[in-house]
Amino acid sequence: MRAMGLKAVLFVVAGLATSFAGLNVAAAADAAKGKIAFTKHGCWQCHGFAGQGSVATSNGRVIARTQLPLDAFKSFVRTTNGQMPPFREAVLSDAELDDIYAYLQSLPAPKPVADIPLLNDARSQ
Amino acid sequence: MTMPTKKTSPQLDRRKFLATAAIAGAAGSVPPATAALAAAPTSPQPEPQSAPRLPSALPPNARVAAAESGTPQAPASSSENGPPGSDFMVDVIKSLDIKYLPANPAASYRGLHESLINYGKNTMPEFLTCMHEESGVAMCHGYFKATGKPLMTLVHGVVGLQHATMAVYNAWCDRVPVLIVGGNDMDAAHRAPGVPTFHSAQDINAIVRDFTKWDDTPVSLQHFAESFVRMYKIATTPPYGPVMMSLDEGLQNDSVRNFGRPLYVPKFFAAAPPQGDLAAVKEAARLLANAEHPVIVVDRAARTQNGVDLLIELAELLQAPVVNQGNRMNFPSTHYLSRPPAVISQADVVIGMELSDYWGTVNGFLDNGNFGFGEYVTKIKPGTKLISISSVDLLTKSNYQDFQQFQSIDVSMPGDAEATLPSLIEAVKSAIGNDRKDALAKRGDGIRQSHLKGLQATKEAAAIAWDAQPVSTARLLMELYAQIKDENWSLVSTSGNTSNWANRLWPIEKHYQWLGWSGGYGIGYGAPASIGAALGNRDLGRFSVSIQSDGDLMFAPGVLWTAARHKIPLLAVMHNNRGYHQEVMHIQRMSNFRNRVANIGNDLAPIGTSIMNPDIQYHDLAKSLGWWAKGPITDPADLGPAIKEAVAVVKTGQPALVNVWTQPR
Repeated sequence: MRAMGLKAVLFVVAGLATSFAGLNVAAAADAAKGKIAFTKHGCWQCHGFAGQGSVATSNGRVIARTQLPLDAFKSFVRTTNGQMPPFREAVLSDAELDDIYAYLQSLPAPKPVADIPLLNDARSQ
Repeated sequence: MTMPTKKTSPQLDRRKFLATAAIAGAAGSVPPATAALAAAPTSPQPEPQSAPRLPSALPPNARVAAAESGTPQAPASSSENGPPGSDFMVDVIKSLDIKYLPANPAASYRGLHESLINYGKNTMPEFLTCMHEESGVAMCHGYFKATGKPLMTLVHGVVGLQHATMAVYNAWCDRVPVLIVGGNDMDAAHRAPGVPTFHSAQDINAIVRDFTKWDDTPVSLQHFAESFVRMYKIATTPPYGPVMMSLDEGLQNDSVRNFGRPLYVPKFFAAAPPQGDLAAVKEAARLLANAEHPVIVVDRAARTQNGVDLLIELAELLQAPVVNQGNRMNFPSTHYLSRPPAVISQADVVIGMELSDYWGTVNGFLDNGNFGFGEYVTKIKPGTKLISISSVDLLTKSNYQDFQQFQSIDVSMPGDAEATLPSLIEAVKSAIGNDRKDALAKRGDGIRQSHLKGLQATKEAAAIAWDAQPVSTARLLMELYAQIKDENWSLVSTSGNTSNWANRLWPIEKHYQWLGWSGGYGIGYGAPASIGAALGNRDLGRFSVSIQSDGDLMFAPGVLWTAARHKIPLLAVMHNNRGYHQEVMHIQRMSNFRNRVANIGNDLAPIGTSIMNPDIQYHDLAKSLGWWAKGPITDPADLGPAIKEAVAVVKTGQPALVNVWTQPR
């Protein structure tokens, strides 16, 4: 994906907004805005563009399709005081945070490990 | 000693000899002032009172200009008085079986350079042309970790050594022996003015003294011989480390002379590594044998495959989990006792072996918004006993803080871990009572179950974003592994950060399959160290592969040419996340701590941290430097076929690079 500039992200997201299977139109619109906010505010830096997380930057936590309810999610983002810095209202609006949550919920579920042959090689003896 | 001495030659000192040579060979081509000097008496004399005084801002005369920018004049030949001292130096160097010498050429060691390639026939060592001194040192660094054999490098005494310093610091922190020799023209009264004098210093070694094990400045050929063998011995005695020698240009060019006794090459005998005190070993064994939850933590514990085998024996004896911090291979990733750092929190006894940061092993630091100062969090239970075996305790310097924060240790054994393991194993065998054996077996069964669950969880984590674009780092590693798994592979470097997927997913079982990181975390290690390691692996019949990050490659990309020029086969697969990503996150977090929106300009990341607009075409760069290359790969479906092509190229003996756009971590 060559979506390196913000304009490019907007272009790609505009295309993706209509392709989220299983989402209603309003939710898709929110998710599209959420992807832009996710990119603009640097969430991807530690959590990956697909919310996959990393043992190196997010203690391995996966935020794609997060199981946290929206209120708990927003509360965490506003008040976290650990490795992740807080994102307060002056930086990230409530509306943007709602959109980011919608974006994370819109991400596809991962394939089962059994369906990925390459992972069968993992640490095989 | 093969070098003849010429007892009957005139006992000219170097300066007298140079003056004579100047008269004989160059008087007609030098400026009048130099000719006057050449014609002067051969003993030191004050400048004649009648000599015209030159203004200080004169443009360089012909000699000075030629010294650095023109066609070099032949250095004064000492053939009339015996062979040059640098020939004898080559005899000394050859006595130590040093196979290669990666270096950037420099005038201040031209005498030795000439002897190496002509008198020494450019073998043992073979000169490898580097385009940066940092590359030369880092190639030595990587080579040692692949082969266990040290190399030497040569540097220009001032500017070259300044270039080399970061790589020297990496070698120091990573406890790797590198022999560094810097040319230096010490005689201020006779060396060429201008550029050569800019490139001279009283004490060139000073700049690296804080992070080398030892240094010296020999003033005679016999002094060189003794110091070179001594520096080799010091560098290769644990704790290993880089060593430095300042080599006077005059000494290189002096003729071999008899100083009252014949010159000789001292014979090298390897020193036995230091072992932990036996009483402390027994106490450590008693604690481990009686612990309910002992944990073994290793960082640079295994210097060789034998060290790996000994660690397996100890771990299985205790049925204790092993946390591998990864600066060396240490312990097989496939072994059921290989566990993540989280197990340390359950420990009642922790034994740390050659840890680079014991404090950080049992404590946490949260850089958490207190404007970057963070909080301290202990990771262990109160009363946990701590044991250490570390050779680094025998060598601590003051200035650079690589010794890390102080940690109180219950049983501390300054000594080499691998050398101490046999006695520790025997002591543990004696300390384990028969009544403990069932409990140990049960503990092992529990760890085995945890290991299997952990592996499944790791695979599930890898599956997330499997088809994402840019390519996920888990996908990157597994696409690569699929193409090399049938080779005798060696993962020589993983620069950047790929979430440690290699250790988490690859079956790493042999000592050479994982060579660790840079040591000092100075960026720019990955590319040259990979090539140095690949050089060693080439001769051992191994297939070398590296994960090459973007920022790391751009510090000194000329080393790619060195690999092509000297036919060093290496498969470099890029983790190209298009930024200095650690700094990307730092600036983002500082912005949030300060309640500001990070200014990303026209990029994705905070200004000053991204490497995009324009994107660097690393594959084109590599091609221009003689590599086979392909990219950019952005679709994970294209990755496997590209790597497969590259593997075929590498198997012909050439280096190959695949430029892959990746997720950040």
